[in-house]
Amino acid sequence: MNRRAALATALLVGGPITVFSVWALADNPRLYLVTLMNSLTLASLYFIVASGFTLVFGLMRNVNLAHGSLYLLGGYVGFFVAERTGWWVLAMAAGFMAAALAGLLIQVLLLRHMQGQELRQTMVTIGLSIVIGDLLIWIFTGQVHQMEAPEWLQGPIRGIPLIKAYSAYRLSLLGFGIAIGVGLWLLLNRTRVGAMIRAGVDDRGMLAAAGVNVNLVFAVTFMLGAGLAGLGGVIGAVELSMVPGEDTRLLLASLIVVIVGGMGSVVGAAIGAAILGLAETYGLAYAPTYSVVFVFVVLIGVLAFRPRGIMGRPA
Amino acid sequence: MKSGAAAAVATPVAVSIAHPARSASNRFEAMRSAVSLRHVVVLAGVLLLPLAATPFMLFQVVAQSLVLGLIALSLTFLGGYGGMVSLAQMTVAGIAGYAVAVLGFSSATEISLRWPWWAAIPVALVICSLAATLVGWLSVRTEGIYTIMITLAIGVAFYYLVLQNYSVFNGFQGMREVYPPKVFGVAWRDPVPFYYLSLGCALAGYFLVRWVVGAPFGIALQGIRDNPRRMNALGFHVVAHRVAAYALAGFIAGVGGVLFVWYNGLITPGSVGTSWLINILVIAVLGGMKHPIGAFLGALVFVLLQTFAIDLFDRERFNLVIGGVFLAIVLFSPDGLLGLWEKLRLRLGPAQRLSHNSRRS
Repeated sequence: MNRRAALATALLVGGPITVFSVWALADNPRLYLVTLMNSLTLASLYFIVASGFTLVFGLMRNVNLAHGSLYLLGGYVGFFVAERTGWWVLAMAAGFMAAALAGLLIQVLLLRHMQGQELRQTMVTIGLSIVIGDLLIWIFTGQVHQMEAPEWLQGPIRGIPLIKAYSAYRLSLLGFGIAIGVGLWLLLNRTRVGAMIRAGVDDRGMLAAAGVNVNLVFAVTFMLGAGLAGLGGVIGAVELSMVPGEDTRLLLASLIVVIVGGMGSVVGAAIGAAILGLAETYGLAYAPTYSVVFVFVVLIGVLAFRPRGIMGRPA
Repeated sequence: MKSGAAAAVATPVAVSIAHPARSASNRFEAMRSAVSLRHVVVLAGVLLLPLAATPFMLFQVVAQSLVLGLIALSLTFLGGYGGMVSLAQMTVAGIAGYAVAVLGFSSATEISLRWPWWAAIPVALVICSLAATLVGWLSVRTEGIYTIMITLAIGVAFYYLVLQNYSVFNGFQGMREVYPPKVFGVAWRDPVPFYYLSLGCALAGYFLVRWVVGAPFGIALQGIRDNPRRMNALGFHVVAHRVAAYALAGFIAGVGGVLFVWYNGLITPGSVGTSWLINILVIAVLGGMKHPIGAFLGALVFVLLQTFAIDLFDRERFNLVIGGVFLAIVLFSPDGLLGLWEKLRLRLGPAQRLSHNSRRS
């Protein structure tokens, strides 16, 4: 992108946003700031779930449409572990492990046998999402499960200027998002496994030729990606509650995050999640019945000008 | 890779070219040779079916299969001949359905514009074709596996839009009491008239697709499916062909969508929800995407499963069964029931073709 195009984009996108922000800040600063916090915390949840999706896609070119179901699976398992033991950290570990195990099984038993047939793999994950979704309804019923936040995160934090009070748990979501983002960055950029994954994203064939067991790398990545969905499920179970249908919502969020951010890029997932969180939450706060239209506009705008997403590169 | 692609280009084109007839007598000759005994038998069977079937079978099973098959046919055309698996076909059908409900008559009197049917239906079909063109234009900018993601995102986002929006789409309630108009003194929603209406549309859609895939446009589309770069090098406008395919598929899906609204008598966000987006894919894949008849075959199996599932197992577990059947088909017979039939015929009967290209990824 040359300088003039960049300037035009900045004006075209930034201009209306600046005008809106100035108006909203003058009109009702508290609403504006609370909405800002809400969008960023929602974006953290989206990032956690979508980073797993984008990791799997980047390495294996595999669109895992069962990702939302894995999110729900992690959430349910976490909910029951927390209910039995009362340990929230244990619930998070259990949610991660359950989804990771399910992901490992999917990868080893099904997807490995159709390597390179992307469309067929995607269809398998669609079938799996139907089956897993129905099994979850069978086991956990269609009732709403609401998980409680751990005690030290319950209640609001008071005394913040302008916002006054804000839910401690929601704020902690931001922390989780940043922690997982940093963790993923360290894993991908500072460890041997991460180097293999990055090499695989760039050129799978070359990685295999270099003597690396690609199947093992694939299995580990798929586990990690699925586990992140499960972890997101436990974290989201407190904020969004668990009902059948949430899987679709998080799948949509993951899809939009990676389409907007660029597939296969963790940084792109962070950018995409932030954009989606902002568009959705501000839409809900300022134009309730049309909030999805904002998401549409973002999606169409990005696809029209950068078909591979903001951080996307040719595959 | 290169030579494999070349072979893939050659086979389907060679199979599906129907030599365009030059003169009228030639055309008649071609038609007579194309129509074989089984066509006559099938046509007589479907025309005389109302004499044998109960109104329940006719309306709930056969007519519903024809309507769903028509929507799935649009996906078969896009996916099987264009190589673009779109999950938004039910969305496009739903847009046509919503348009008919909003422009025509429904129980939501403050929304419906009460246009007469001869204005509402064509405008609804134009709207859904335009929407399909937009969906196509958005999704063909990227290729392959991205298509499925973008169309799914568009479809689910449309579901949330109709769920949230009350001023145009009447939100969760949806539009109720949307019935076909009384034309020529016939109540088109009675089982027998509705059966013939959906049969007429289904046959028209079927032969339209058969004709298009044999026409130059369809041949070019199949060439683009198999090797877009080569077609581009040959001077074909790849994006334009793909978008046009989306528009045509959108029109077919729109006709199916209007019929589906009339069949149900209502349209709600649930009719364009994720499960229905996926059901259309299930139907198309179940039947087999290599031939237009697969869509109707898949729809019949789907509707039979849906209707008689209650006798075989718990009604609540329908999704488990349909998901399992879909998984089994994708895992063991990627070409669907038609693929199974083909395999069976190859195994049992004499060898029909020397080269058979059954795998396409």
